[in-house]
Amino acid sequence: MEKSLLAPGHRACAGCAMPTTIKLVLDAAGPNTIVVSPTSCLEVTTTPFPESAWCVPWIHSLFENAAAVASGVEVMLKRRRQDTNLIVIGGDGSTFDIGMGSNSGMFERGHKILYVCYDNEAYMNTGVQRSGSTPFCVHTTTTPSGSKSFGNPRPKKDMPAIARAHHVPYVATASVAYPVDLRRKVKKALQVNGPSYIQVNAPCITGWTFDAGTMIELARLAVETGLWPLAEWENEELVGVKKVRRPKPVEEYLKIQGRYKHLFKKADGGDMLKQIQGLADANIAKYKLVD
Amino acid sequence: MNKGSDGKTSQKMASQAYGQKMAKTANMKVVEGSYAVAHAVMCCLPDVISAYPITPQTHIVEHLSQMVADGELDSEFLTVDSEFSALSVLVGSSACGARCYSSTTSQGLALMYEVLYNVSGMRLPVVMNVANRAMGAPLNIWNDQQDAIGARDVGWLQIYAEDVQESVDATLQAYKIAEDSDIRLPIMVCMDGFILTHVYEPVELLDKDLARQFLPPYRPEYILDPKHPKTFGAFADPSTYTEFRYQQFEAQEKALDKIEKVAVEFEEVFGRYYGGLLDSYYAEDAEVVIVTLGSVIGTIKDAIDALRSEGKKVGLIKVRSYRPFPVKALRKSLKDASVIAVLEKDVSIGSEAGLLTDLKAALYNSQIRTPVIGFAAGLGGRDITIKDIRRLVDKAEAARKGIESEFEFLTLRKEIL
Repeated sequence: MEKSLLAPGHRACAGCAMPTTIKLVLDAAGPNTIVVSPTSCLEVTTTPFPESAWCVPWIHSLFENAAAVASGVEVMLKRRRQDTNLIVIGGDGSTFDIGMGSNSGMFERGHKILYVCYDNEAYMNTGVQRSGSTPFCVHTTTTPSGSKSFGNPRPKKDMPAIARAHHVPYVATASVAYPVDLRRKVKKALQVNGPSYIQVNAPCITGWTFDAGTMIELARLAVETGLWPLAEWENEELVGVKKVRRPKPVEEYLKIQGRYKHLFKKADGGDMLKQIQGLADANIAKYKLVD
Repeated sequence: MNKGSDGKTSQKMASQAYGQKMAKTANMKVVEGSYAVAHAVMCCLPDVISAYPITPQTHIVEHLSQMVADGELDSEFLTVDSEFSALSVLVGSSACGARCYSSTTSQGLALMYEVLYNVSGMRLPVVMNVANRAMGAPLNIWNDQQDAIGARDVGWLQIYAEDVQESVDATLQAYKIAEDSDIRLPIMVCMDGFILTHVYEPVELLDKDLARQFLPPYRPEYILDPKHPKTFGAFADPSTYTEFRYQQFEAQEKALDKIEKVAVEFEEVFGRYYGGLLDSYYAEDAEVVIVTLGSVIGTIKDAIDALRSEGKKVGLIKVRSYRPFPVKALRKSLKDASVIAVLEKDVSIGSEAGLLTDLKAALYNSQIRTPVIGFAAGLGGRDITIKDIRRLVDKAEAARKGIESEFEFLTLRKEIL
C-alpha cells in the first residue's frame, strides 16, 4: 500500500474500524478524490482544528446533510468537466436516520456520488444510543437491557433495499474484515455513472465492547454467521454474494461483545439467541450463502 | 432623499458617466417583483441555483428555472428534497468556488436554520432572497418579517428592500458585498412577501453588461481541489472556537463600510442610490422620527407628506442594513429627534421586538436621551394604513410628555380577543 490518504495521528480509539475502513476506501479511490462527511466520530477524530488527517479535500457541514452537500459538489464537478471521485463517508446514524431525506434526494436525482456508510450500528459519537441500524436485542444507552428488556426490540433497517428502491445502479454490503472485497467494490462503484451505496460493517470498540485486538476477527464472524451477508446488486439485481462454507452459530459472534452480554446472563436469553439465529438462517436462505 | 457626504461626492463624479449610460439602462418594464429579482439573479450569473417550494412559495426560482430551460442562463439548477437541502447543496457548491443562489421564505428559512449558521461559519458568500412572511402557528402565508428577524443572530448580513427596484438592485449589490475578500459572509436580501414578490410595478431591469461590469467573477482563494487538498468544516474546541466567531463579528463590522461603498459604486454605474446602511425622509428637522424596515415605507412616506402639509414635523429613518446593525449611523441620524417610534412586522414574544430592542441598545450609551417607543404591526399580512401611521404619530407625540407604553400591538382587534 502506498502512503495512506488518511494520515496517522488521528484521535480514533484503538480497535476502531472506522479509520481502517476509510483507509481502504481511499486506497481504492486514490488521491483524485473529494470526500464529504456528516458529523460523526469521523469528523471529531480526524479534524480537530488546526489539524486534519485528510490528505484529500474533505468537507463537513452538518449531521443530516452530507448527501445534499455532496450533490452541490457534484454539480460543480460536472460543470467544470472535472473527473474527480466524489465519496460521502458517514456513519449509520446520519445514513439511516437523520440524513434519510437528503440521502433520498441525492439518490433520486442521480448524482454521480459513492455513498459509503461505515455501519457501527448505533450513535457512537454521542454515547452509544440506538439508531435505525441497531440490530435486534442490542443493549444501547437508549435501549438498555433490564429485567423487562432485552435491549433493542426492533430489527435493523434494510438500508441497501431502500437504496435499491431509489434505483441506485450499484449497491453493496462490505466488511472491514474483507479488505480485498471492499476495495474491489469501491472501485466498481466509482465506475458507475450515477449514485452508488456501500454499507460497511465497522465494529465500534466503545459501543460493542470487545478486545481491541479482535476487531477484524469480530467483523469476520458477523459474515461467517450469516448476520452480515456480503452482497452486491447492479440495477437492483443481486449479482454477487460471498459464500460462507460452514456458517458458525451466532453465539460465537454475540458472546464476545458486551452489547449482547445480557442475552447470556438472563434466564430467558436463550429464546432471544434462537431468534437471532433465525435472522442469520433467513439470510443464509435468502442469499444462498451456503452451496 | 438624504445622502451621506460620500454619496453626494460620488454622485457628482458619476453624473456624467450616468448621462452616457442612460440610453443603455432605460429598460423600464412593468413586471412581477419575483420576475424582476429573478432577472437580477440572472445578471449575476450564478453557477448553482437550488430550489424547494415550501409553503409559502415565490416565483423567483420558477422564473430562473425557465431562464435555464430557455438557455438564457447557464446555471446548474437543482430541485431538492427540502429547504434544508436547498441551502445544504449550496454549501457544497460554494466550497467548490461556485457563485450560489437560492430564495426562501418563512417556514423554509426556519427549516434552514441549522444550515444558516453553517454557511456563515464556513464563510461561504451565498446570496439568498428572503420573501418575508409570517411563521406558523397559526398557518399564515402573508407578509411579516418574523422569519428573517428571528434569524438575526445566524451571522448572515441582512438587507431590507423598500420596493421591487431596491430588491433588484440590492440583489446585485449583495454578491459584491458577500464575495469581497474582507467580508466573505452570506447575505439575505429581504423583500416583503406578496407585497413585493407578487406585485406588478414598473422596474428598471438590470442591464446584463453593466451588471457584469459591476460584479467581478467570484474567484475564492480556497476551494475543494484534489491538487491542493484542504479540510473544510473542521471541529473547533474551546481553544479556537471564540476566534472563529470573532472573525465573523469583525467581518460584519467591515461590512458597514462595504455596504455603503457598494451602494455608491452601484450609483456610479446605474444611477440609483437608496442609502447604504440607512436612508431618510424628512428626518433632518423632524420631531417625531419613525424607524422601520421594508415595504411599509411607501405608506409611511404618504402619511408623512400629509402630516407635513398639516404642519407636523414627522420624518422617517429607513433601516436598510439590519445586520450589520448600523449603530453609529443611527445615532447620527436620530440625535435631534424629540421622540422615536419604531414600527416593525415582528415580535419577540416575552420581550419586545427585534428592531426596537436593537435600536434602544444602540442609543443607550450615547448622549441621546430621546424617548423610544415601539409598535408591532402588519403581522400575518394585516394591512398597515395611513390611518394607522397617524395613530402611531399621535401616540409618539403623547410619549414626549411621558411614555405610557414602551411597546404595543398597533392594530389590535380587541373585539375578537
